[in-house]
Amino acid sequence: MAHPLRGRTAIAGVGQAGFPDATGFTEMEILTQAALAACADAGIGLAEVDGLATCSVTSGMWPMAVAESLGIRPRFLDGTMIGGSSFIAHLLPSMLALDAGLCETVLVCYGSTQRSATGGRAAIAAARKAMDPQPWEHPYGPATPAPSYALAAARHMHQYGTTREQLAEVAVAARQWAQLNPEAFARDPLTIADVLGARMVADPLTVRDCCLVTDGAGAFILTRAERARGLARPPVYVLGNATATWHRQISSLADLTVTAASESGSRAFEMAGIRAGDADVVALYDAFTINTILFLEDLGFCPKGEGGRFVADGAIAPGGRLAVNTNGGGLSCIHPGMYGIFLVIEAVRQLRGECGERQVADAQIAVVNGNGGVLSSQSTAVLGSAATL
Amino acid sequence: MTPAGPQKQYFDSLAAGSFRIQRCEACARHVFYPRIQCPHCGADRLSWTLASGLGTVYSATVFRRRPADGGDQQIALIDLDEGVRMMSRVEGIEPGAVRIGLRVQARISEQDGAPLVVFDPLEG
Repeated sequence: MAHPLRGRTAIAGVGQAGFPDATGFTEMEILTQAALAACADAGIGLAEVDGLATCSVTSGMWPMAVAESLGIRPRFLDGTMIGGSSFIAHLLPSMLALDAGLCETVLVCYGSTQRSATGGRAAIAAARKAMDPQPWEHPYGPATPAPSYALAAARHMHQYGTTREQLAEVAVAARQWAQLNPEAFARDPLTIADVLGARMVADPLTVRDCCLVTDGAGAFILTRAERARGLARPPVYVLGNATATWHRQISSLADLTVTAASESGSRAFEMAGIRAGDADVVALYDAFTINTILFLEDLGFCPKGEGGRFVADGAIAPGGRLAVNTNGGGLSCIHPGMYGIFLVIEAVRQLRGECGERQVADAQIAVVNGNGGVLSSQSTAVLGSAATL
Repeated sequence: MTPAGPQKQYFDSLAAGSFRIQRCEACARHVFYPRIQCPHCGADRLSWTLASGLGTVYSATVFRRRPADGGDQQIALIDLDEGVRMMSRVEGIEPGAVRIGLRVQARISEQDGAPLVVFDPLEG
């Protein structure tokens, strides 16, 4: 029997703003532009929004600030902040609230001016160290995420024979998709040799194994399926969503080659009634090249340890065996601090058939996996077209 | 001794020259980092035990910072022989030469006026 939440809600509109560079604009301003774009896409007015899900890297009271600035008084509010996966994880509480009739229209939204904000990054890093102390890790250096992901990559290479060339394949595939996406930030040609020869950030990851730093805002509108069918755009149905969190600090992840996506993925797939093989298009949070490999394994697209070999020879690039991160991903399209909401936006566009040169033919089912912290939180969503109901 | 939580007790002990970790009296497993309760079984009966200081590198990286930001920084995850893991660094060896599987020995060092556990490669 189908899960009672399967297909009960749908994404009725999506919007983006302020990327890759929002110089002169605040985070709230570009978030508002994205929210308005999502409302316009769905064919609704901002005044119809009575549910809000949002969070910020720096502001702990962000949902109130957003509601105030937008001039709305939400009946449902979710400000869960678990890093970049948050905007995927916001789905399930919103689905429950909509299904229970507590609200009619949920706006999920995010904005960051991480790129153009001048002089603030070092100060913000110092403030976060003070406000969110990690005495078991910070004294050893990693106040930024790269070393933690590097530790996972090094372990995966040791345990499974994954190579730096295979990691580089992930970056090259993302770049080739980005070259088909006029909105993508990084579209210059990129080779495996370029990735390997780039500046080392944290061994074995070079700067080309790491995501971009851009500005950007994203938003989407979630509503009950029957209402979505009467709105402007073809609904993209939420078939399943699940979130898992196993740790905060990388030193507390038992096996650095297995993430909580193995749990969130199986729960989301169970709700949706699908297997990994049913996915036509896949969006995985690629903050670093190792992420894509880990999540392909953890979600069941290949056996554990085979991710490096799975992505080799252009297998996830345009024309490959699996369409992964078709917008160019966090590696080549956009990455404003937290990338999760853009996974949803690209999946919606693919399922609506709006992706031009990069469109995956006959895309009906999309699997989206958001990542937060240092492989800490994982939220998997399965989205589908009307044909999947 | 004035009462203190496990985190302060740990660092006070380090400052006094002892690297101690917790052990659960209910399930007998060791616990790191120090907590009120056992993360394995939930019991709140944790006692302190002197760590052997022996461990194995579980994973390692070199954070390639600019010289102005402190230069190359070795970072390692160490599995202590007691079965717990901690982040640390391996000193006394080229940062890039720290390999997974390397046997290491703990030493109490100091950084910014606070005690800090680091590791040295074990001879032989």
